Amino acid sequence: MNHKLLAAAAAAALAASPAAAQTIAITGGTVHPISGPAIQNGTVIIQNGRITAVGAGLAAPAGARVIDARGKVVTPGLFEPSTNMALVEVESVDETNDARFQNDEDRVAAAFNVSDGINPRSMVIPVTRIAGVTTVISRPQGGLISGQGIGIDLIGNNVADMVITPGPIAMFASVSENVQESAGNGTRSGVFMRMREVLDDARTWARNPQAFERGETRQFSISRLDLAALQPVLRGELPLVVEAHRASDIQTIIRLADEYKIRLIITGGTEAWMVAGDLARARVPVLVKVLRNLPESFESLGARYENAALLRRAGVQVAITTGETFKAYNIRQEAGNAVAYGLPYDEALRAVTLAPAQIFGVADRYGSLEAGKVADVVVWDGDPLEMLTRVNTVIIRGREVPMTSRETMLRDRYMNLDENARSYRQ
Amino acid sequence: MKRALSALALGSLAACAQGRAAGSTSPAPQAAPRAEVPFPSTYRPLPSRTTLIRGGTVMTAAGQIIPNGQVLMRDGRIAAVGATVDAPADAVVVDATGKFVTPGVIDTHSHLGAYASPGVEASSDGNEATSPNTAEVWVEHSVWPQDPGFVRALEGGVTTMQILPGSANLFGGRSVVLRNVPSRTVQGMKFPGAPYGLKMACGENPKRVYGQRGGPSTRMGEVAGFRSAWIRAADYRRRMDEWDRGGRSASSMPTRDLELETLAGVLRGEILVHNHCYRADEMAQMIDISHEFGFRIRSFHHGVEAYKIRDLMARDSIAGSLWADWWGFKMEALDFTRANLAMVHQAGARAIVHSDDPTGIQKLNQEAAKAVEAGREAGIEVSENDALRWFTANAAWALGIDGETGTLESGKRADVVIWSANPFSVYARADRVYIDGALLFDRFDPSRQPQTDFELGLFPAEAAR
Repeated sequence: MNHKLLAAAAAAALAASPAAAQTIAITGGTVHPISGPAIQNGTVIIQNGRITAVGAGLAAPAGARVIDARGKVVTPGLFEPSTNMALVEVESVDETNDARFQNDEDRVAAAFNVSDGINPRSMVIPVTRIAGVTTVISRPQGGLISGQGIGIDLIGNNVADMVITPGPIAMFASVSENVQESAGNGTRSGVFMRMREVLDDARTWARNPQAFERGETRQFSISRLDLAALQPVLRGELPLVVEAHRASDIQTIIRLADEYKIRLIITGGTEAWMVAGDLARARVPVLVKVLRNLPESFESLGARYENAALLRRAGVQVAITTGETFKAYNIRQEAGNAVAYGLPYDEALRAVTLAPAQIFGVADRYGSLEAGKVADVVVWDGDPLEMLTRVNTVIIRGREVPMTSRETMLRDRYMNLDENARSYRQ
Repeated sequence: MKRALSALALGSLAACAQGRAAGSTSPAPQAAPRAEVPFPSTYRPLPSRTTLIRGGTVMTAAGQIIPNGQVLMRDGRIAAVGATVDAPADAVVVDATGKFVTPGVIDTHSHLGAYASPGVEASSDGNEATSPNTAEVWVEHSVWPQDPGFVRALEGGVTTMQILPGSANLFGGRSVVLRNVPSRTVQGMKFPGAPYGLKMACGENPKRVYGQRGGPSTRMGEVAGFRSAWIRAADYRRRMDEWDRGGRSASSMPTRDLELETLAGVLRGEILVHNHCYRADEMAQMIDISHEFGFRIRSFHHGVEAYKIRDLMARDSIAGSLWADWWGFKMEALDFTRANLAMVHQAGARAIVHSDDPTGIQKLNQEAAKAVEAGREAGIEVSENDALRWFTANAAWALGIDGETGTLESGKRADVVIWSANPFSVYARADRVYIDGALLFDRFDPSRQPQTDFELGLFPAEAAR
């Protein structure tokens, strides 16, 4: 399916959600709508895949399936903004790894859109969603410009039914040390020089694409497809998510984004807290991996657990990411640790729900429990950020997902070690 | 341990004295003293004062959880633990009301110092990936004591850890058990009397590293490599033991072989085997190899499929040093369940939550919490005491130091953490960490927050942490 068709299908899917027409009422719990204060004895009503009402003591509609959440906590589904979900099955098995367009780190792969590689039947999806993660951004990896990522809800048989925006949700890039050797000819300034060259080419191409087709322009350093793919970024329609860690690199990419009027999002941002003021002034959000406090490289000497808290204090929009695929389910652990290191509790919950939805422009439908929003809802038996808390119910697009995965099935198969009992279907 | 010491001491006979001093003011040249053991521990506990911790919930990891309990530390040892204890009048009193007190955290699997931060090629010293069998290397010779990761681990309550060489080789070399204290030298961190470990690795790593370099390129090649080495080790041990019994006549001393010396130490039960192995079927193969050559595997490390053979582990008293939930990064890590630790524990084998990671080591309490919850989901209830043992007492056993540390019991080293909240809470932080009764870390006192040489002056004052 090409991207136009995918977009059309996705638009149709978003307009008329394929969710079963089930009506669900989650009653009696402590509801964290995120968009407002917690509601005691709250009810969340779901119809046709959407939330239709949220409030205290609402009556369940006739015929609704009622989920008793007394003594429990109800939140929006968690939103992980940076994974390779459904693109990678086994990291070290190349055949199952569809996140890297090229191993060549110099690669500018702006036109590479991961959509066609998404496997809705990935075994990683059930493992992730039963931990309360309902929406992820699955992104390409590697190179100066890695390509286009998409947002997906973790339910569905077809990528077109899973995407949360009709087209790509962001362009992904890196100015981290991992591209310095190749894209930068060994230097930092080289990385930014190359980035400017690429963006200049795309801008110049756009002034007269017909001339390019006729062969009447100068040579461009990237392909025709990449030149075209960068246009939404240069028009400010598609955000550019740039991995950057060193404080000075973050400042440099802010300058560059300003030159080209690009909507910039920083990911990684290990030393972002050091330049929080610059980020706040430029209104650049940051996707933070919380559990990172080692000077693991020379671009990360300032790593500290308080990163998210300090950025928020300075007014920077922050979403929390694990940066993981197989362990994306640990996003609540990251959020819990952000609290332990100074981020207010409500801000931490917001950083794994509404904040990523806002950063990626889907907050009209995602990230909070409000009438009209997509019904991605999780019921927890306690504080969602505590590791001892269990996930009771996960609802994605109004559908309850089975609380099983390959991981739980292996567990159950081996509960009994009797050879005869184990390996055969009952 | 005694036999290992004598074997190592014999080694020094072959070493010639070196170290000539230059300059007229230097002492006259003389032969250097011969060491009883090479690279001996010079660890000395830091100064401590008699300290009484009171008012907190004391989780001993030895069975009792004492609300409003007391712990008395004297002369670097735990002098008393209980609801009330007799303390001398001049004891420093630490009020731990509302807090939790546990033994120091112990990690059986760390590469701190050997893969130090920052992780540049120049400090990549964890894998002597030059031969499938490098049993002759000792990881302590790679460890950089200034790795900032040690300090971060201390902030997470880690008082003791085993540093292992990496997993590229069938035999990766000797491990070392370290106290988590600032030191100029590794010797100054070495846990006195702790046995050495031998790192072994089966499965994907050795065949990936050596598949194109002469092998082993298959799992069957790996097993052949293990068995060949143990055959040579058994022969070496026999020749050494004969020489030993024959009165150690120097003229007939077999030539020392560092590689076989380590393996022979395993066969004598003096060096503990720590076996990186993921798959159930492979762990069973390794167990059979141990039976063939008559040694014991102390702990399987990683053991993503340990739950499938937990009965075999329990039968042979093999501990499982496991992650709570790592999976998916390679084929042999595919069949995971988050209930792994709980299932291994329930089967009666010692479960240990390990890190293999410089960030994970700081949060072993949280890793344990995740595994406890996964156990509950599977209908396996793990008590707080048992879960605490996953990163204290059981880890100490796997390292052969459980007589010295791992629980809060009278007579043991005073390795103690005061947590701000229940350690299984994500919000809990280590407020104070004691090693041998000395206050090594205090979250609220900058003068008790070690900083490595590397971290000094990293940033100009305006950007200081």
